[in-house]
Amino acid sequence: MSKNYHEIFEKSAGWLAIGTVVAISFGTLVEITPLLFLKETTEPVDGLKPYTALQLEGRDIFIREGCTNCHSQMIRPFRHEVERYGHYSVAGESVWEHPFLWGSKRTGPDLARVGGRYSDDWHHAHLMDPRSVVPQSNMPGYPWLDENQLDGELTPKKMEIFNKLTKGKMHADDEDGVMYSAEEIAAATDSVKGKTEMQALIAYLQSLGTALK
Amino acid sequence: MSSFWSYWIIILTIACIVFCAVILTWNLKNHVGVKEGESTGHDFDGIEEINNPLPKWWTYMFYATLIWSVYYFAAYPGLGNYKGFLDWTSSNQGIKNLAESKAAVEQNRLEGKNVQLDREYAAANETYAKEFAKYTNRDIMDLAYDPEALKIGQRLFLQNCAQCHGSDARGQRGYPNLTDDDWLYGGTPDKIKETLLYGRKAAMPGWGDALGEQGIKEMTAYVLSLSGRKVNDKDAAAGKTKFGMCAACHGADGKGSLAHNLPFGAPNLTDNIWLYGGSVGAVEESLVKGRNGVMPAFKEILGEEKIHIISAYVYRLSRPEESSK
Repeated sequence: MSKNYHEIFEKSAGWLAIGTVVAISFGTLVEITPLLFLKETTEPVDGLKPYTALQLEGRDIFIREGCTNCHSQMIRPFRHEVERYGHYSVAGESVWEHPFLWGSKRTGPDLARVGGRYSDDWHHAHLMDPRSVVPQSNMPGYPWLDENQLDGELTPKKMEIFNKLTKGKMHADDEDGVMYSAEEIAAATDSVKGKTEMQALIAYLQSLGTALK
Repeated sequence: MSSFWSYWIIILTIACIVFCAVILTWNLKNHVGVKEGESTGHDFDGIEEINNPLPKWWTYMFYATLIWSVYYFAAYPGLGNYKGFLDWTSSNQGIKNLAESKAAVEQNRLEGKNVQLDREYAAANETYAKEFAKYTNRDIMDLAYDPEALKIGQRLFLQNCAQCHGSDARGQRGYPNLTDDDWLYGGTPDKIKETLLYGRKAAMPGWGDALGEQGIKEMTAYVLSLSGRKVNDKDAAAGKTKFGMCAACHGADGKGSLAHNLPFGAPNLTDNIWLYGGSVGAVEESLVKGRNGVMPAFKEILGEEKIHIISAYVYRLSRPEESSK
């Protein structure tokens, strides 16, 4: 009995919880912690540009509508993916993403490089009724996006949060070192006000994957 | 990676593997003071706990995974900066732009590095490059009457172009019909290839504010009259007086920019072929809001070899009857 140290975990929920956390934390400590400090994962690719106010709002609509449930944004380095979607995703494209939207489920195609692949009109038709352009599609339509208008009230706040999150991760030659200047933040509300959610989402989609060039 | 993080990963990873091995081995011994196969004395609801050892098959599988992990970390990159004896990587890391990516691929090829994606491409090139090479140096006109090339072209078209132009290539509202020999930017093989490579951007501004409601009505009547449609003659005559603003792109005769060798992609208004619909409502909408059709550029996505073949397929689409040029 006295030699059965395993009994400590078997008989105490507290010790079991602590033991579980220790066991799980190995993976986190090895696979995640170093990434927070690596140059490769904290420096943007050369062509990376901050989202415009409208694109930023579009990104939130992408999140709200659950697009990540069916669309990944991560092209893996396999030939059959690169042939279809374009150059594999690299770490430097995602350094400003909070949260990242890589996803893990592909009911629909990957969207990591969908920017510029279709025209704005196509996206509009496709989001209103996907089957109008892709007859075999099983994607739902999102017609309400065309009616809902943005008021832009929270846009400046969102930009300020992004300024904090991306501190120290801007381009090396960026003079002020922040993502959005005070003027850009001040002008944000007006620049999105009255635009439809559809316009915002399309603006966001058209920006995806265009930074690696 | 700095050597600190490298050692951090190495030490923690090895510690984890050793930890698993120690726990497994320790649990194989009987520590409970009850003989194997006998009751531990724990009883609940008539269910009795017997002190049975870990199943053998499970234990051996656990040892097998431990041995595999040692081999894996020796062979593949996983332990910090240690690259593994196979010197294998999945792809080129730390790319900052496409030029760097291409340079890294070339560099790896020269050094004979074991990069998985590069190898996949090299293997594919061995199979497919010679297939494409057969067509690359041949004239598009020539390929347009080569059944094999057309088959390849059709497959590429269905994968990449059908989303807008339709699987039968007859287009839809806003996306040109490619089978009717009516062209916005030119239907010669070279022009088709140029369109595919670099894309096209049409820009018709909206005239709603400039023309006003009555003006739009009159202009719609005139535009429809150009292709011989029945309209209110008075309206059409009034519209004609203002057509000058349209003539800059569509030509004074309304025959479109291509007829005048201009690169705007402004459609011929006299042929009763309508990109955005030829109803009164659709023409009015075009006039009020403007139209901005976009054909994306496919040079970077598909590469010139494939576009060369698709161009031949598209060229032939409007000439299905001809069996040779």
